Amino acid sequence: MSRLYVFLKYLAITLWSIFVITPFLWALTTSFKTANGVTGGPTYIPWLQYEPSLHGWRSLFGGNAGGIDIVKPYIDSLIVTVSASFISIILGSLAAYGLSRFTYRAGFVKNADLIFFFISQRIMPPIVLAIPFFLMLKWLELLDSKIGLILVYVALLLPIAVWIMVDFFNNIPRQIDEMAMLDGCTPIQAFIRVILPNSVPGIIVAGMFCLIFGWNDFFFAFTLTFTDTQLLPVAVVALNSSVTPWWSLSASALISVAPLLLIAFVVERFLSHGTLAGAIR
Amino acid sequence: MGETGLRPYKLAFLLPGLLSLLAIILFPLIFTIRVSTSGWDAITPDLNWIGGTNYAALWIDTRFWESLARLGAMATGTVIIQYVLGFGLALLVWHDVKARRFFRLLFLIPMMTTPVIMSVIWRTILHESLGPANNLLQLIGLGPYPWLTSSGWAVTSVMMVEVWQWTPFMFLLLLAGLISLPREPFLAAAIDGAGPIRTFFNVTFPLMAPVSIGAIMIRLIEASKLMETVYVLTSGGPGTATETSGYYIYIKGLRDFNIGYAASLSITYLVIMIVLLTVVGKLLHRSLIGGRN
Repeated sequence: MSRLYVFLKYLAITLWSIFVITPFLWALTTSFKTANGVTGGPTYIPWLQYEPSLHGWRSLFGGNAGGIDIVKPYIDSLIVTVSASFISIILGSLAAYGLSRFTYRAGFVKNADLIFFFISQRIMPPIVLAIPFFLMLKWLELLDSKIGLILVYVALLLPIAVWIMVDFFNNIPRQIDEMAMLDGCTPIQAFIRVILPNSVPGIIVAGMFCLIFGWNDFFFAFTLTFTDTQLLPVAVVALNSSVTPWWSLSASALISVAPLLLIAFVVERFLSHGTLAGAIR
Repeated sequence: MGETGLRPYKLAFLLPGLLSLLAIILFPLIFTIRVSTSGWDAITPDLNWIGGTNYAALWIDTRFWESLARLGAMATGTVIIQYVLGFGLALLVWHDVKARRFFRLLFLIPMMTTPVIMSVIWRTILHESLGPANNLLQLIGLGPYPWLTSSGWAVTSVMMVEVWQWTPFMFLLLLAGLISLPREPFLAAAIDGAGPIRTFFNVTFPLMAPVSIGAIMIRLIEASKLMETVYVLTSGGPGTATETSGYYIYIKGLRDFNIGYAASLSITYLVIMIVLLTVVGKLLHRSLIGGRN
């Protein structure tokens, strides 16, 4: 019984691991193919089944046929994602701290309603906002610009930051900021000097989630930008046409998802050390 | 410090975030409601007033209601599969497993990757003649299957890619919950001589109920927006077999430029989703935790 149990356990883990890793392995091997290696049917092992070539990877940096220049979308994506995440974390932490420590009341609206208002914005389907965002950015003359996208992404990421930070601040004992205020700090000084240094894990977790959802958004980048600004997912999906260059597609896909794999390492550390449990609930 | 002295600080913390969100979300939403009562399209792009005409039209638009039903079925289906698999995987690498830190890391990876980009890769994998899926299945005597070109298989493919992408998120939330569980109930169960299956149903599962509800609701909310995977993988096809509400509204609004009509669809979609998700949340809460709050 027990040996069978152990066997089944590792079998399940192995099967799921294979499922998880398959698309990456396939993309890796495809990225070294040429047209001949693709159109002849699926092949897997370089040298043995097809002659590997760096054509796909080179096409990411040059402008040759069937390729894309990935450097500019990469930089654009980086600027937009990091800026939006940074702004969301600042605004989100401030609001979350207020909601965690003070009592707000305006008519029938109380703290719980305000927290719900922030978080409920995640329910909004992107398509509902896409059309008015389009018209609003056009009116502000921010269509096809990084600033316009940052504005939109702040609205997407702020709810995530508030959601994670409210619970995190709730878990920091109130005595800490009360002591600081007794020592003569204003609430803002207490927040900056005492609370922020104690909130680094929460801010990192919230920041990572903002980076993940910002970097991976496609729909708003797709509908609100055209030529001047182009984010990575849009640039990669643009290759997905009737005659798809699988080699450049695979190479660009791998290089696009690579930076967030680093985040997986950090998330796993927080998860295994138990920090995440306090931060996401 | 008195309540009056605190007041400016209270507002200084809350208002920057609240006002930004209100400005970015609320204005577009109100504007959409207004547009939904206009006949704005490619030929007459202006905010005229046609009252509830759009809403009357969508009431008998079977393509829209079918897309909603399809979305409901696909979202519920994928979230249930993700919950079962995510819980199973979390239990597997919770403790007593070699190299568990490595497997935890590996299992997290898909949720970090860009959904549309991985969908493009999946599309090449599922390609009927040039992709590896059929090729490898044929080695064990199965297939070939029309992954993206027959209705049933296309739905299966979209759901499979969604499961690949988002089971890790479920896994993450549930494993974080498992790791933070208190030890005492498990010791008590062990002393009572409960086996692993009884321990799971009598101890682990009830203790995990709040985390489970949270995780399922978060995933349902995200799944109710399903459209990007569909856009890349099948473009809603074959026919309308995988067309979700979001994708149908996209076609009406941003491809055909029936802005007014698309706005009325958007508002209806949003209201239905809010109502359904609230009801599902309440029901889940009642069935897993019971009447008490």
